[in-house]
Amino acid sequence: MGFKKFLAKRAITMFGVLMATLLVTIILVGSNMDSISKQSAALEIRQQVTNNKSLLSSFKTTEQLDSYIANQIKQRITALGLDQPWYSPQRIGLSMYKILTLDFGHAKFLTSDSGSSDVRDIILEKLPRTILLFTTATAIVSVLGIFLGTVAASKVNSKLDKITSGFAIISSSFPVWWIGVLMIFVFAFLYPIFPARATPDLSVTDPGYWGSLLYHMALPLITLVIIGFGSWAYLVRNFLVGVLQEDFITAKRAVGIDEKRILYSHALKNAAPPIVTILALSLSGSLGGAIITEAVFDWPGMGRLYFEAISVLDLPVIIGATYVLTAFFLVSVFVADVLYGYFDPRVRRE
Amino acid sequence: MSFSTRVIWKEFSHSKIGIAGIVILVILFSMSAIAFVTIPLDSFKTWNDPTSWLQYPKSAQPAWVNYFQSEKIPEHLILKPASMSQQIGSVYFLTDSFVFNYNYDGFPSDFIYQYTVQYSGSPLLQMSVTRPDGVEIQIISTSMPFASSTVTYSSMIFSTQDVIAKNIASAKNKYAFSLDGISSEKIIFSKLDQNQILKGQYVFRVHLYDVSEKPVLVKSNLVLGGKVYGIMGTDELRRDLSVGLLWGTPLALFIGITVSIGSVVLGLVYGVYAGYKGRATDEVLMRFNDVIYAMPALPLLIILAVTIGNSIFLMVGFLVVFGWVGIAKVSRSMALQIKTLQYVETAKLMGQKDYKIIFKHILPQLLPYAFASIAISVPAAITTEAGLSFLGLGDPSFPTWGQILHDASSYSAAARGMWWWILPPGIMIAVTGLAFVFMGQAMDGIINPKLRH
Repeated sequence: MGFKKFLAKRAITMFGVLMATLLVTIILVGSNMDSISKQSAALEIRQQVTNNKSLLSSFKTTEQLDSYIANQIKQRITALGLDQPWYSPQRIGLSMYKILTLDFGHAKFLTSDSGSSDVRDIILEKLPRTILLFTTATAIVSVLGIFLGTVAASKVNSKLDKITSGFAIISSSFPVWWIGVLMIFVFAFLYPIFPARATPDLSVTDPGYWGSLLYHMALPLITLVIIGFGSWAYLVRNFLVGVLQEDFITAKRAVGIDEKRILYSHALKNAAPPIVTILALSLSGSLGGAIITEAVFDWPGMGRLYFEAISVLDLPVIIGATYVLTAFFLVSVFVADVLYGYFDPRVRRE
Repeated sequence: MSFSTRVIWKEFSHSKIGIAGIVILVILFSMSAIAFVTIPLDSFKTWNDPTSWLQYPKSAQPAWVNYFQSEKIPEHLILKPASMSQQIGSVYFLTDSFVFNYNYDGFPSDFIYQYTVQYSGSPLLQMSVTRPDGVEIQIISTSMPFASSTVTYSSMIFSTQDVIAKNIASAKNKYAFSLDGISSEKIIFSKLDQNQILKGQYVFRVHLYDVSEKPVLVKSNLVLGGKVYGIMGTDELRRDLSVGLLWGTPLALFIGITVSIGSVVLGLVYGVYAGYKGRATDEVLMRFNDVIYAMPALPLLIILAVTIGNSIFLMVGFLVVFGWVGIAKVSRSMALQIKTLQYVETAKLMGQKDYKIIFKHILPQLLPYAFASIAISVPAAITTEAGLSFLGLGDPSFPTWGQILHDASSYSAAARGMWWWILPPGIMIAVTGLAFVFMGQAMDGIINPKLRH
């Protein structure tokens, strides 16, 4: 199989996943969404009628008015296509088409910082912050992890190696959000170094906004790094130890190439494919975990938006955020797949 | 590729962390057993019912903090009485006495006497205290409402009642300082010469007199308000955290083990079937696997919990749905190797049925891998459930460690320095996870000997 065909196949699978996730989401929230849109249509009609004084005075009895309103609501619901059950193929197809074209509609309760209730505006405002926090964290974690893992692999069974492995195992069993709560407890209240809420208190237009944003980002960033780099180092170490046992390394040693060079240029290069894959996967993984992490630190990104939307059951926001989170998740999974296929041709031939 | 159980166990018992994992697991299982025996499930179900925690203190630290302090913080005491009854002539006497040593460097915040009495007529209830210095103080004297037939009557006596202050005032000439404006418990527990705590043995006595019939004290509790309580302290809603933490253990083990066994069994059968069948079946099954594999688990789990339901059993099911995919991938590629082995091909040639080959010849080969995967996937299941509960999406009828942390964060325990509310649940989650990670590591070392160097 050529690389292009491999790419195409992966891309089609990913698109399938996106559609499947979207379909599952719509089916799960469909019946609730249905009653919400019907209610809002009815509310709109009622408001229109009550605001129209001349129309209001043309009715003699309240029964007449009520039947008029009921009629209008019925017409509106038919016009919007809401008269069909929410699970009818047309309506599911329509909602999926709308979401695909990023038309998420209006949020029920939540608004963006600038006051817009358009779900697209809200998401566009929050998304960069999540990307900022989690890509920075992943970058720091991977650099630290690759460095530490390489050092540990060069001195297998040394004290450093054992400490790294031990730290990796222990740090990976603590939930990130719990460490987050602890960090807030220690570094925001016991020793007030960092702010407890990660939401910057300045407005976007203020010149000090970026400084404030970075200052507020410090605590979540430190937490993500502390929890993350141990298991990274451990993985890198394991890959390298595997590579170092291969015959070509023994051959290089026999030729007399210096051990450091073997480790850093030959072994690391061969361990690159899985490491790069894990880089992409850990980015997607942390995006998935962002919901809890951001809720703990009150970081105003996609995760917290999702959490807020869930707690007030703001369905348009939930659907929009799920779609965007899934899309980002899939892009990083896709990149991981492609990189792996590029580095390791055996995968393509499978 | 082939392992016998004996060899595995022999290797496993040489692994230090494997044994450490088993030891932790045994401790956790005994904690669960203790929870089942000492705390009945019914009383645990009242966890979210505030009325059942009334006699506990609010936000009290664990009692053992006093070991690290020179000034002993008053402990919250819930005292049970020693009962005695006698009959003199036609009068029935019932005496409940509460004996305790009060050696703390502070006054109790208050005291409450809770009682339920069965009587007829109109018995008289008197309460008095004998202090370490021998001084006896009358606290209250009250009569029950008249009843012509036997009735059950419940009530409480609070230290803040005016009548108590009035009764104590009659002892004012014993004190060298003015009692004006000092609350009752600060007078009762005070030295005579100055308003300081008097340490030593106190005896509270409750007498019940009745002429018509022998009264019965069904319930009789003296609660002395303090700021430390029990082994784990209490939370803002007065709940004894040791109860929640103890009961969280079987729940976490149940969730972790059920989810991992479910996922591993499902993944194994699915993967092996796909790998064994090959061709179109394999292709279709693996594409489906890819779809689930690439779905973002947490957002979907949240939507599932919100829309379908958050009962603990449903939660287990949801976690299995997202848990089996990785295992299916690995076991498929293992099955691809095994099916080319000669004995499998021979069995096929001899006309054995597919399911027999899968269950008799291929799956047993994968058992060591299966056990390692079970151990390794437990922590993820526990932390994911804890995370969902932390967001407030857990099953309210079975409070887990995650829900204790959810409550802690919604009452901003971190901001108020309530470390005893935040630390233990997280440590329990991590220790439970570690036990399985340790065991998984040990087994992984046996299956992939390469990593041991």
